[in-house]
Amino acid sequence: MNKTASHELLQIRNLKKYYPVTTGLLSQHIGDIKAVDGVSFHIGEREILGLVGESGCGKSTLGRTILRLEEPTGGQILYSGTDIARLGKRELRQLRREMQIILQDPDASLDPRMTVGDSICEPLVIHDIGDEKERMERVADLMEQVGLEAGQASHHPHEFSGGQKQRVGIARALAINPKLIIADEPVSALDVSIQAQILNLMMDIQEKFGLAYLFIAHDLSVIKHMAHSVAVMYLGKIVELASKQEMFENPLHPYTEALLSAVPSITPGAKARIPLGGDVPSPLNPPPGCHFHPRCHRVLPICDQKEPELLEISQGHFVACHLHTPDSH
Amino acid sequence: MNDVILKATNLKTYFFTRRGVVKAVDGVDFELRRGECLCLVGESGCGKTVTALSILGLVDSPPGRIVDGKVMYNNLDLVKCSPKQLRQIRGKEIAMVFQEAQSALNPVLTVGDQVMEQIRVHLPIERREARNKALSLLEEMGVPSAERVMNSYPHQLSGGMKQRALIAMSLTCDPQILIADEPTTAVDVTIKAQILDIFRELKAKSQMSLIFITHDLAVVAEIGDRAVVIYGGKNVESAPVSEIIANPKHPYTAGLIECLPDISQTTDRLTSIPGNTPNPIALPQGCSFHPRCPKAMEICSQRQPPQITISQEHEVSCHLYQ
Repeated sequence: MNKTASHELLQIRNLKKYYPVTTGLLSQHIGDIKAVDGVSFHIGEREILGLVGESGCGKSTLGRTILRLEEPTGGQILYSGTDIARLGKRELRQLRREMQIILQDPDASLDPRMTVGDSICEPLVIHDIGDEKERMERVADLMEQVGLEAGQASHHPHEFSGGQKQRVGIARALAINPKLIIADEPVSALDVSIQAQILNLMMDIQEKFGLAYLFIAHDLSVIKHMAHSVAVMYLGKIVELASKQEMFENPLHPYTEALLSAVPSITPGAKARIPLGGDVPSPLNPPPGCHFHPRCHRVLPICDQKEPELLEISQGHFVACHLHTPDSH
Repeated sequence: MNDVILKATNLKTYFFTRRGVVKAVDGVDFELRRGECLCLVGESGCGKTVTALSILGLVDSPPGRIVDGKVMYNNLDLVKCSPKQLRQIRGKEIAMVFQEAQSALNPVLTVGDQVMEQIRVHLPIERREARNKALSLLEEMGVPSAERVMNSYPHQLSGGMKQRALIAMSLTCDPQILIADEPTTAVDVTIKAQILDIFRELKAKSQMSLIFITHDLAVVAEIGDRAVVIYGGKNVESAPVSEIIANPKHPYTAGLIECLPDISQTTDRLTSIPGNTPNPIALPQGCSFHPRCPKAMEICSQRQPPQITISQEHEVSCHLYQ
């Protein structure tokens, strides 16, 4: 096993997740939905990577595939050098202690019939950590860490507000001291005033416990606030990857430019909008060449012919676009 | 140009439930002027949707009832109108775009049938003519291949398409007033921008008056002319949008602005409003915001703040400015 790159917590290489599409009585295979189609990136220890894209671009599937909640179709998921994609059940369970997920809808991710204390405790039971008394103490401690009262452990989810439920979800994710948390749109279902509380909490615990996040969101202003580096995803592929500062100051891919310009801002005199017509095309039948070319405002003749590769244009700034080649910079 | 087309005064809509009286709307005031976009701003449960439903007489009764107040539209008090009168106005003169396009559309009818139904309810025209009108409405909304969309069922369309079909439906009779309830919530930024463009264009082209309900102050900044901030069923502040964003007076408004991560600025830590949105069944005494307010004083928990005029267009309900 290669453990040389120890500062890299998670490395994804050419990860693919296809869903076969079948038709008719004999379930004839007529194609694939390429939800994740050859994605590569890495997350260092204590790093927050923001993953952004429109709905249907495959960002949630990517998050779930990394945890092997979905079986990958191809590629490698290296966690501290171990390929998760090849692990057996028992080894996988061991590794899952190191990574947890926080889901978008706190309503759907908590069992309404379990007390929140039991929900937070469940990972400890599954991984057989501590005895009854230690677990109780751990739950009380966790609840205080996320800004809830330990006395509320015997309450049921319906007694909590949306923000509090999301705090429970965070406490549960923290229960077994993971190193990596995949946060799948953790604040998009919350009220604005509550959203800020949860974002602050996630920043605090990241610092305190030295966590790494894969932070999935469609809201670029949230990503800008949270992430150290940013990956932009379109139709199953990463189209641009850079440090946060580079991404927001010098976006190269026309899709990133359009996304950035579409964010409503409270500050007056915001920049001109780059219109982005239409919707994300169907992943079953994506446009040829660069998947983005039918919506692109800087399209070239080559764009519908050849798919651009993700290339490093400048130090740490990757982009998949025919407009940008390493020579042109 | 400043003529008022709709004016709500002291509107109160309560729901009488087994667990108690929910004062969903408890004294909301606003006026909508011709050709302007008025934003009702607030978080979930603050009463902004019920306000819209009260205007159109769509509050479920029982348990809901408008217990007080007036909504004046062209010298007509909508609160006192008979259901028959309201049916004449609703959809024709005052139309509404509902929240969540998915649940506002009928899943077993094609989009075309639904748009046509809307047209034929109000206009005495033939089916074929209605179809043409529906088609051109969808095209105006920037729906690509409108013919195909007409024959599609809602589940076959993306969120942005459904939202556009809903807006098209609301425009069938060229209404005087359009009420849009969170049309940009739960859609992607790119679709959000497109939908805001549609509303902006409508306002510019047809001098339509818009009531835009949202919790997102960034959206308000993009589209609104004036804004009314609502908390716990009451007005807390109303002012022109530029004024309310540059110079918010109520601590709640200021909090809403500060807690927004802004793409054009970098902050290390967001300022958050502590606590949770209040339960409308047990609103705090006095000013309902006082348990979360950073500037709360003794009086705030005892007495409801009066409405104070800051400047001609700027009003705030807060004890700080007495």
